[in-house]
Amino acid sequence: MAKILFMQNLAPSIYEFVVDAPLVAHKCQPGQFVMVRTDEYSERIPLTIADFDREKGTITLIVQAVGNTTQHLCESFKEGDDILDIAGPLGQPSHMKNFGTVVVVGGGIGVAPVYPIARAYHELGNKVISIIGARNKDLVIWQDKMAAISDEVIVTTDDGSAGRKGFVTDPLREMLEAGAKVDLVLAIGPVIMMKNVAATTKPFEVPTTASLNTIMVDGTGMCGGCRVMVGGENKFACVDGPEFDAHQVDFANLVMRQQMYKNQEVLEYSCGGHCRCVEE
Amino acid sequence: MRGGMRNAMPEQPADIRNKNFEEVALGYTKEMAVDEAQRCLNCPKPRCVEGCPVNVEIPKFIKAVAEENFAEAIKILKRKNSLPAVCGRVCPQENQCESKCVLGIKGESVAIGRLERFVADYARENGLDAVEAGEITPKGKKVAIVGSGPSGLTAAGDLAKLGYEVTLYEALHDAGGVLMYGIPQFRLPKEIVQHEIKALKDLGVKIVVNAVIGRTFTIKELMEEEGFDAVYVGTGAGLPYFMQIDGENLNGVYSANEFLTRVNLMKAYQFPKVATPVYVGKKAAIVGAGNVAMDAARTAKRLGAEHVYIVYRRGEDEMPARKEEIHHAKEEGIELRLLNNPVRILGDDKGWVNGLECVKMELGEPDASGRRSPVEVKGSEYVLDVDMVVMAIGQGPNPLIKQTTPELEVNKRGNIVANEVGATSIPGVFAGGDIVTGAATVISAMGAGKRAAQAIDEYLNNL
Ligand SMILES: Cc1cc2nc3c(=O)[nH]c(=O)nc-3n(C[C@H](O)[C@H](O)[C@H](O)COP(=O)(O)OP(=O)(O)OC[C@H]3O[C@@H](n4cnc5c(N)ncnc54)[C@H](O)[C@@H]3O)c2cc1C
Ligand SMILES: Cc1cc2nc3c(=O)[nH]c(=O)nc-3n(C[C@H](O)[C@H](O)[C@H](O)COP(=O)(O)OP(=O)(O)OC[C@H]3O[C@@H](n4cnc5c(N)ncnc54)[C@H](O)[C@@H]3O)c2cc1C
Ligand code: SF4
Ligand code: FES
Repeated sequence: MAKILFMQNLAPSIYEFVVDAPLVAHKCQPGQFVMVRTDEYSERIPLTIADFDREKGTITLIVQAVGNTTQHLCESFKEGDDILDIAGPLGQPSHMKNFGTVVVVGGGIGVAPVYPIARAYHELGNKVISIIGARNKDLVIWQDKMAAISDEVIVTTDDGSAGRKGFVTDPLREMLEAGAKVDLVLAIGPVIMMKNVAATTKPFEVPTTASLNTIMVDGTGMCGGCRVMVGGENKFACVDGPEFDAHQVDFANLVMRQQMYKNQEVLEYSCGGHCRCVEE
Repeated sequence: MRGGMRNAMPEQPADIRNKNFEEVALGYTKEMAVDEAQRCLNCPKPRCVEGCPVNVEIPKFIKAVAEENFAEAIKILKRKNSLPAVCGRVCPQENQCESKCVLGIKGESVAIGRLERFVADYARENGLDAVEAGEITPKGKKVAIVGSGPSGLTAAGDLAKLGYEVTLYEALHDAGGVLMYGIPQFRLPKEIVQHEIKALKDLGVKIVVNAVIGRTFTIKELMEEEGFDAVYVGTGAGLPYFMQIDGENLNGVYSANEFLTRVNLMKAYQFPKVATPVYVGKKAAIVGAGNVAMDAARTAKRLGAEHVYIVYRRGEDEMPARKEEIHHAKEEGIELRLLNNPVRILGDDKGWVNGLECVKMELGEPDASGRRSPVEVKGSEYVLDVDMVVMAIGQGPNPLIKQTTPELEVNKRGNIVANEVGATSIPGVFAGGDIVTGAATVISAMGAGKRAAQAIDEYLNNL
């Protein structure tokens, strides 16, 4: 059981949760995630540890309501409620050192998992340039928190309602074309964004990491459901990742595998399912 | 003395049970059990006991059954086997105790497994198996058990009875290991596993779920920061192998572990009442022929697959699954495609499986394991029309503990190196079950837990 100590709406269908999880908080490193089971009917879903406080024994989760379990968590849970199971920290921590200049790219809710990694880069003396992208200004999250740990923040929106109009790859490409010295690029967000970031940095041979959001079941390396092709080899995202060399990832296979339950889940849960109307 | 044939096991009819998840075998009635027990010769040198990996005092417990003294029978069983309700259901008795029974020479051996199951069920239903607490003298020392499969559960129970303060850490949200996530409800009802876990809690064992050792705590931290005097590692063989053939990443291809975990642990057979979905095709190929493959095949059938094929590169005699389960599977309509080896998996343009290309095999010379090794028949490739493939070709050790405990010695397959009582290369750290032997059986994992509990007791007494 993990109690929700604080909860707030950050943007349309995006919520922040601070939960009491001392066993996770005492140990977690940037880049790691937890497996969450909200109640006894729930799936086990992976969520990144977006922030943590070792002293208070809390972790922060940022959740976007996209399907059954995430909607249930965002819409039915309130402060003081218990989340049934939180297991972790899981996955390989991000590789940490002073690389020099690092560009971190967060797309949509991807800003949340980027944050603790960027903060750690910053603390190690890296120059951190953050590019935050969203569909529109309402969906830009954690801009202040990112600004506090970045040397520069660039915001892009698809419709131009905040920052510059366009995609995260636009300022990144310009930077690289202008000959800026970039030692590492980290991208977390929708698969299509990570794929395009990888394609952008490839010609410049800038090392690029992406954190892959495969479908998972156990998150401990026991089922193989999270497997992805990386450099021609099958890897389990939950134990070998979630971060991988973005230039080696077979993004097409990742996109395909994410669709596995689409029909089933959309069909069965036209209401979202969280109301449990289908229970009878 | 009756000799002759054993009492048949009452079962659900095959064409009914292959559509539900209720238990297949219904268990002996009291009358059947007593009758079966009376067949036992109570041999002076019982060979069955030698055949049992934990040397249950078989003739003694059977005698108690014949005398209708079930309280005594469960006591005798539990002296050597802490999970008789489980073992009575899943042990390969035909290769163990029953294979040695003298009655098997001329007729059928005593149905030892069925009697074991009867006694355990009778005891559970009538409250005869409650542990007598109060006799335990606390030793004032703490032991951590990592992994809650049969090995960890056994070690935890024995150590708690010896007076240790035991904490059991499990990575998943339910304790029980393969008994919960792997072996299906229709072969091993989960209520039975939960009953055993409750008994452990009654003994004072603290169970911490959602604790992934290596991540939540390392072994070193358990000993140096959390104050444990010894650790037992029973993390099993949970890492699924794939064949490394083309098409394994297509949608509709599962490892048996994923398919069974979705259905058993996450209860996807109740989707959409529960949120975890599972995909089941109309024609499913299960690759492999062990217990895991049989469970996956019978589960797919129950979830509505019209054709379920077991695709195996050797012949029926070489199938490693329990004979009873192969028999049950065939009765339920599972089709055996023996001497067939998958070459690649074919998919449509949306990335879904639509065929399994196989090559036919023939049996050649016996290999190192004594089984005749299969060789390909050149040019015999054909495509089996399927829309689901489950890989059940084996599991290896999960590397997490090794990665985070560099001092722990493992062999080249990644199994922890431990001696016959479970001692590893680190003082105070013991290991046993599938993590040491590779994928084996419930009873061998239990036996290892039992021996290690003794060894841990000795180690801590001498500390
Ligand atoms: C390592 C990791 C970290 C993650 N961190 C976060 C996070 O911090 N915050 C957050 O909101 N989400 C995060 N995700 C994604 C999150 O796990 C999924 O959104 C969630 O599992 C969907 O569950 P659901 O029951 O709500 O949706 P479902 O009803 O299961 O599915 C809704 C739709 O989403 C698709 N889908 C299912 N699972 C995933 C998945 N894992 N990734 C992408 N699409 C999926 C389905 O195909 C379906 O179309 C992370 C994923 C991974 C692997
Ligand atoms: C589908 C299937 C059917 C089977 N059928 C039979 C049968 O009919 N008869 C038979 O005798 N045997 C059968 N077996 C084999 C038998 O189940 C195993 O040999 C036995 O369960 C091994 O026990 P164990 O305690 O070593 O490990 P497991 O039962 O594998 O349990 C290990 C536990 O450790 C946990 N764990 C792993 N890593 C960590 C970690 N880092 N931190 C915390 N916890 C961790 C796992 O989550 C798991 O719960 C079957 C196996 C499967 C998969
Ligand atoms: S070998 Fe058979 S007959 Fe003899 S004691 Fe064992 S079960 Fe009874
Ligand atoms: S989620 Fe099961 S192995 Fe990664």
